[in-house]
Amino acid sequence: MKEYLRNTWLGIYTVLVGMKVTLSHLFKPKVTIQYPDVRIQLPERARNRLYVNIDDCIGCDQCSRACPVDCIEIETVKAVPGENLGITSNGKRKALWVTKFDIDIAKCCYCGLCVYPCPTECIWMTDVYEFSEYRREDLIYHFSNLSPEEALQKKLNYKKFEEEKARQKAAQATTANPNPKQDSGNEN
Amino acid sequence: MAELKTDQIVLNMGPQHPSTHGVLRLEVVLDGEVVVDVKPHIGYLHRCFEKHAEAMTYPQVIPYTDRMDYLASMYMNFGYVEAVERLMNIEVPERVKYIRVIMGELQRIASHLVAVGTFGIDIGAFTPFLYCFRDRERILDLFEMTCGARLLYNYMWIGGLSHDLPPQFIPKLKSFLKDFRKSLKELNDLLSYNKIFIDRTANIGVLPADTAINYGCTGPVLRGSGVNWDLRKNDPYSIYDRFDFEVCVGKGEMGTVGDCWDRYMVRVREMEQSCRIIEQAIEQIPDGDVTSAIPKRVKPPVGEIYFRVESPKGELGYHIVSDGSLNPFRVKVRAPSFVNLQILPIISRGHLVADIIANLGSLDIVLGEIDR
Amino acid sequence: MISDYLAEFFGNKILGYLISAALPLFLWILPYALYAVYAERKVSAFMQDRIGPNRVGPKGLLQTIADILKLIQKEDIVPASADKPLFVTAPYVIFAGTFAAFAALPFSSVYIGSNIDLGVFYIMAVSSFSVIGILMAGWAGNNKYSLYGAMRSVAQIVSYEVPALLAIVTAVMVIGTLNLNEISQMQTSRFWNWWILGGPVEGIQKFLYIIPMIIAFIIFFIASLAEVNRTPFDIPEAESELVAGFHTEYTGMKFAMFFLAEYGNMFVVSAISVSIFFGGWQSPFGYLGNSLGINWLIPIEQVFWFLFKGSLLVLVQMWLRWTLPRLRVDQLMSLCWKYLTPYAFINLVIVGIITLIK
Repeated sequence: MKEYLRNTWLGIYTVLVGMKVTLSHLFKPKVTIQYPDVRIQLPERARNRLYVNIDDCIGCDQCSRACPVDCIEIETVKAVPGENLGITSNGKRKALWVTKFDIDIAKCCYCGLCVYPCPTECIWMTDVYEFSEYRREDLIYHFSNLSPEEALQKKLNYKKFEEEKARQKAAQATTANPNPKQDSGNEN
Repeated sequence: MAELKTDQIVLNMGPQHPSTHGVLRLEVVLDGEVVVDVKPHIGYLHRCFEKHAEAMTYPQVIPYTDRMDYLASMYMNFGYVEAVERLMNIEVPERVKYIRVIMGELQRIASHLVAVGTFGIDIGAFTPFLYCFRDRERILDLFEMTCGARLLYNYMWIGGLSHDLPPQFIPKLKSFLKDFRKSLKELNDLLSYNKIFIDRTANIGVLPADTAINYGCTGPVLRGSGVNWDLRKNDPYSIYDRFDFEVCVGKGEMGTVGDCWDRYMVRVREMEQSCRIIEQAIEQIPDGDVTSAIPKRVKPPVGEIYFRVESPKGELGYHIVSDGSLNPFRVKVRAPSFVNLQILPIISRGHLVADIIANLGSLDIVLGEIDR
Repeated sequence: MISDYLAEFFGNKILGYLISAALPLFLWILPYALYAVYAERKVSAFMQDRIGPNRVGPKGLLQTIADILKLIQKEDIVPASADKPLFVTAPYVIFAGTFAAFAALPFSSVYIGSNIDLGVFYIMAVSSFSVIGILMAGWAGNNKYSLYGAMRSVAQIVSYEVPALLAIVTAVMVIGTLNLNEISQMQTSRFWNWWILGGPVEGIQKFLYIIPMIIAFIIFFIASLAEVNRTPFDIPEAESELVAGFHTEYTGMKFAMFFLAEYGNMFVVSAISVSIFFGGWQSPFGYLGNSLGINWLIPIEQVFWFLFKGSLLVLVQMWLRWTLPRLRVDQLMSLCWKYLTPYAFINLVIVGIITLIK
């Protein structure tokens, strides 16, 4: 009997306490914002879309190797000596033409592991989070600033340079050593 | 008169259902309204974490560990990173240890807020869910301020942390803790001690202590059944032995020991205890450099280690086998929700269909962890 | 009375009365249902610290109209194996039960759809009509689970009729008449004369009546929540329960009819409580028309007071919905038979004894 009355009392009392809580919230300020019109300022360390400052990139491939999901693809071509690619903003001399620097932002897991190994701090995560596209191909970002013809040109340049070097080396070897077979026989 | 033969029907609570927390398929065998058996079917979220870990280097595995229990990513990081550090015998600076504890306990509060809120929704109370998430937003803002991400952090690195605390972190944390205690009181008024909620959850899904131990349940599920076992006190790791906090145990206040209300209340009380730990950690935190002990290349010696931490869902274990190269040979995860899920059939037998939902909510499982 | 006035105007008694009975539908139920849905969404949002609909129209006022336009243009699916006549008429039967009760509600001293001497009895009888509609909806869906849901809902409504009627009988025992118009008229001038505070009774009896009348009101309010299928008694409509309820198979406009019927029902039970316990169309403190000397303002004020008090009780019902969790079916039944009915009986006996002592 006592249990019965206690149940009734608890039932009424706890319901009234709960109602008081919700009533008090009726008059508190709202915590939501009107999103497309109002946007919250993200903190400075926010990790959203990647950005690469290609002028500073030395093509070391560290970021691509650090990525856990392999979303960065880099292809480089060695520069011919005599070509001046300039220096990066923190003083390093660039020695590679970066012919391809693609980031597939759809694969990116936003972990930020690519940001730390970069020696020139040219890749970082911005606070842009509204970058949806209509086609998946548009989500592959091409950061390299060499057009395909220029890239091809650089490759051919380097190939020519290599061939030139190889020919010179072969020519030097023959002038220094007119009879290679005899020499090797003597040394034996 | 011949006895009426009743038939058993099989009901399918499919992978998409508002109350199963994630993609879980429950095959329920019913006799009328009474449950005879529940068979959970998992695997809908399997993403081959353990296979990936064999192909990644040690630091690259950390983003993958985030994604297992996505509601408690800091603790997933914590367990893995501490395990590798022990394997390599790296000693991290004191400041790193304190920050890891602060982040871990904040993550515990956030995870329990989700558990409590969604449990309320399953029972039918829609409002506490929004209050819990409003508080969780403040925690996520704190995390975003520190490491840049809101849900999957990649914050704890092998040998240290990725960023140090920004200057406005501690004042904001202190104001959050002050407001959070008021929110907890409000939550108790609105939901925990509400007679209707008590009627729905007391004496439902009773899990006796010896069954819980036999099946290997851990975390709030075990503590709700009255067993005083918390890895932070019984097998202390990191610097948990420096803090003074209580282990919350279910006492059967509203019904039997080990019912849904006890498990729920253990979570609510643990949030209060986490606040205490954080306050003590803020007092004691020393200065230092959080990145000084991070090795250039993580190449542990040959060996293996099994290391366990008390994640919000229970005992999280990492078994790492290293063969001396840059990639782990094997990373095996003992996920607490996977082990806790197996008692769902045991506690649901003999109850009504509506109670399965209450039981599942009180177990607090995350499918990302179960399926990995 | 407006019904007599309209009969005179049209020269035909039947036409006049018909129009006067149809007036609440267009002038009140439709706008009320539209704005009750909007109010529910806004109230729930404010209680949950968020804003609610505010894009469609100024402050979101046209949101329900947008939703109705959306529902109207949805495909009207009738399952192939469903029982077609039952399936199509079920929503309308439920709505008819609700709407028929509006005929006997006293909106003001000059307007009442039908001034029958059995007002209270008629309303309680007719609002049980929806039980048939729910059974039809559950059966016609040809779905095991919607039948379960319908049967549970029927059990709930039929059981909660008992405490509701006991509470009403308690009040009627004190009042002495079943005619809703007279009941409202008896609670004249100040709110001190409202039946929940003992009514226009002289002497010590009035004070003795206060507590039993308050208990009767609370029992009637809780029982009427169950009649309307609102939380904490909304098992038939619950989304997170296994059984989806009797209106799973319905789409488009028929679904909208269920909701119209639910909000209409909410207003009907609030209106009954207001008429019996809270003074009907009487104002709590004098009439503006009286002090200004404008006589035709008084009936308008009375309509305003009636609708205002009814809406306040509807708001309390919404408030309860967003505070409380749901009861399980067997707990619902035990609440009715083990708690509400004994309390209602004891209340009845006490009021009977007080009435005898004169």
